Amino acid sequence: MLIFTLRRLNLFIFTLIVLTALSFSLSFLFPGDALINLTGQVNATPEQRLLLIEEYKFNSNIFQQYWAYLSHLFDGDLGVSIASHLPISSEIMNLLPATIELSVVALIIAMVVGIPLGFIAAVNHEKFADNTILFVSMLGYSIPIFWLGLLAILIFSIELGWLPSAGRLSLVYEIEPITGIQFFDILMSNSEYKWQAFQDATLHIIMPACVVAMAPMTTFIRLARTSMMEVLESSYIKAAKAKGLTFWQIIHRHAIRNALVNVIRYVGLRFANLVTLAMVTEVIFSWPGIGRWLIESIFQRDYTAIQGGLLALSSFIFIVHILSDFIYAALNPLAREHNHGA
Amino acid sequence: MSFDSTRCFLTFLCINLLMIGCSNENVATLSTKSIIYCSEGSPEGFNPQIVISSTTIDATSNQLYNSLITHKGEDNELSPAIAKSWHITRDGTKITFYLRQDIDFHNTSYFTPTRKLNADDVLFSFNRILDSEHEYHDVSGGSYPFFERINFNDLVEDIEKLNEYTVRFTLSRPDSSFLANLATDFAVILSKEYADNLSATYSQQQIDLLPIGTGPFKYKEYRAGAFIRYTAHENYWQKDINIEHLIFDITPSNTGRLTKLLAKECDVVSYPIAHNKIVERSDLVLNEITSFNLAYLGFNTTKAPFNNKLVRKAISYAINKEAIIDAIYFGKADIANSIIPPASWAYDENIPEQEYSISKAINTLNEAGYPDGFTMNLWAMPVERAFNPDALTMAKLIAGDLQKIGINVNIIYDYEWDIFLKLITEGQHHAALLGWTADHPDPDNFFTPLLGCSSTSQGYIGTFWCNDEVDDLIKQSLQTSNIRSRKEYYSDVLKIAEDELPLIPIAHSKRFQGRSKNISGQLLKPFGGITFEKVKKN
Repeated sequence: MLIFTLRRLNLFIFTLIVLTALSFSLSFLFPGDALINLTGQVNATPEQRLLLIEEYKFNSNIFQQYWAYLSHLFDGDLGVSIASHLPISSEIMNLLPATIELSVVALIIAMVVGIPLGFIAAVNHEKFADNTILFVSMLGYSIPIFWLGLLAILIFSIELGWLPSAGRLSLVYEIEPITGIQFFDILMSNSEYKWQAFQDATLHIIMPACVVAMAPMTTFIRLARTSMMEVLESSYIKAAKAKGLTFWQIIHRHAIRNALVNVIRYVGLRFANLVTLAMVTEVIFSWPGIGRWLIESIFQRDYTAIQGGLLALSSFIFIVHILSDFIYAALNPLAREHNHGA
Repeated sequence: MSFDSTRCFLTFLCINLLMIGCSNENVATLSTKSIIYCSEGSPEGFNPQIVISSTTIDATSNQLYNSLITHKGEDNELSPAIAKSWHITRDGTKITFYLRQDIDFHNTSYFTPTRKLNADDVLFSFNRILDSEHEYHDVSGGSYPFFERINFNDLVEDIEKLNEYTVRFTLSRPDSSFLANLATDFAVILSKEYADNLSATYSQQQIDLLPIGTGPFKYKEYRAGAFIRYTAHENYWQKDINIEHLIFDITPSNTGRLTKLLAKECDVVSYPIAHNKIVERSDLVLNEITSFNLAYLGFNTTKAPFNNKLVRKAISYAINKEAIIDAIYFGKADIANSIIPPASWAYDENIPEQEYSISKAINTLNEAGYPDGFTMNLWAMPVERAFNPDALTMAKLIAGDLQKIGINVNIIYDYEWDIFLKLITEGQHHAALLGWTADHPDPDNFFTPLLGCSSTSQGYIGTFWCNDEVDDLIKQSLQTSNIRSRKEYYSDVLKIAEDELPLIPIAHSKRFQGRSKNISGQLLKPFGGITFEKVKKN
């Protein structure tokens, strides 16, 4: 386990170096002045500019500049936004929790719906249920998410009026952000309308989360199906059958656990995809998350924000990958002994 | 393991659904006391004195502040507000206001008033604009566009405090539009006590960011690009407010606003699109009001070839206004013959509609010396306004029209609104699609800003056109209060403007607003602006 941990840590550090190097080089690749792109100080006076050059070592070689950039990053200084003049780090801290909240809820929905469906399909291999589930999953996988989002708004918000179409919470409720995760904030607040707000937040998250969950869910269906079929083919299941266990006992006691381990492995990999989907969904549902902010920054050519946002988002996805690797390793001893790749 | 977590989640879901199910009667409590207004943009600040953008005026003037006097009723008569009465001397140069004695300022987390409104506050509010030495004059850039445009500094010689509740304005000349200007959304009264408190902590710039006024609502929270939160002013002098919270949900996308209205996330939306969709729904109402406004095509008359009036004429012949009215306003606007809308008393029916004739356009262009045409740039406003809901499409239509007479048009649209305006004032454009909304019913509010030299030289209008004869006529008209002679002066101005064509008037539009049926009360004001003072939610 120690070697496994060291390997992952090694990977983590090197990836971060590559990421920061890429993000640093972006400020030279973007049009305009590299120092302004890096700091976002568009209206700096000549004196301020001299100070910035000194701070970012723009008068010495490129490696010192990179090092100065890294030390700013470690201080949590990602520059200021060219458009809004607010520090990028504080914007990210405000927006990232909303994206995490949406992604996590979507992931839970995708897993809770997708994995059991995949198992049902595998158990009924090549029967009606299997075919139906595969058909639906293929359909869900092929639907473009922006279209699905608009369709959902049209049906559930405009025609039926069941669910709200935009935002995280009705503006009527005032909730002090503490953690940034809305549900926790609501529970921690001392508003007398706490429970109304909680329901309202639940209603707001249902539609975007389901839309984000659609594509990963279909992946989970197929993963769970394949993995369950593999497990059902294996010798220990045959042995269990020979012992005289009933079919449901076999599934419950042996098959589900072993099939799940293989699925969990892919959860981390799916997460990157999930966050990408969440970015598009945030725009459609006006979800105040980092994806929408990043897309707006691209439109406004806010290079500092694009740089900082990409760095934050990619490090976040990478951290999730590493964490899911650890979870997988903890659940499956085989992974930490033999599987050195990945 | 999987079953446990699934069970856990399902239980959680059920609890949630149960809560949604059983507490419907409580839901009513907070949302019936609140109104959510989906507005089209973020305000630039919270002080109407320093802005002209209608988005900012909508968000601030009638909600947070009061003026000395106001326009009321069908005929938009001047009526008392902060001043309970006023008196004008016979020569029209001295105006005395007698103030109400029962007006409270907002009590907020950042300011607690210790006294009621008095003459000091009125003096402070106007001296800030008039006196360039004043402590607060330069706090937010020292620019007061509305007051500069009406030449307020030249007009007002002095403001005196006669006693605690009496104020006298001394004018340098009689001006028949002075009272109407004081009744606009710009001439609001701020608190001197609040300003003194800010000075004591050296945070003067907060006066325009954290507002204190006397209006029906007070400021609570603002997040740029997201929302403004107001609460009712509990000691409002006029009467009790029917709602407790007023929230501006800032939604720049017009489809977004429509969706929010249809999904009942907004109670009221500004500038709705798809009018038929709103009319179809039995639970929604579409309001319209004929605004005093104008959409126009302004020429940069300092740049060749637009300094030649024949070129301007030729372009006027080539533009098919009827097609524009149909495509951009869906027929819900009137073709503009002159800068003055037909509802104003200064409207002159002798001014004909500009003719649409391609052959005449080509002849005039030949006469002007451009038989082969030329290439020009046309700037289209990047924002929606009541007078022009879609400047880009309008620019495309005009470009198509001008193609027919050999003029190539490059449309410029990509700037943010504030940068766009800045470049227009610098005269970077050849021609621009802009517009004007009147602030009060006096026709001077069209003439001075659109054709007067003091205003065009500032550049906001985009024409840089200054004609001494027109300027004199406009000034003379202000010195008399006889409507008949004023009308004659204005008629002459309109004739010159028709001949010279510094700008081509295109349309007078109506302002629309969508709201839920359970919202009652007058919201839109005829001369621009929106007020939530008398609104009720059932």
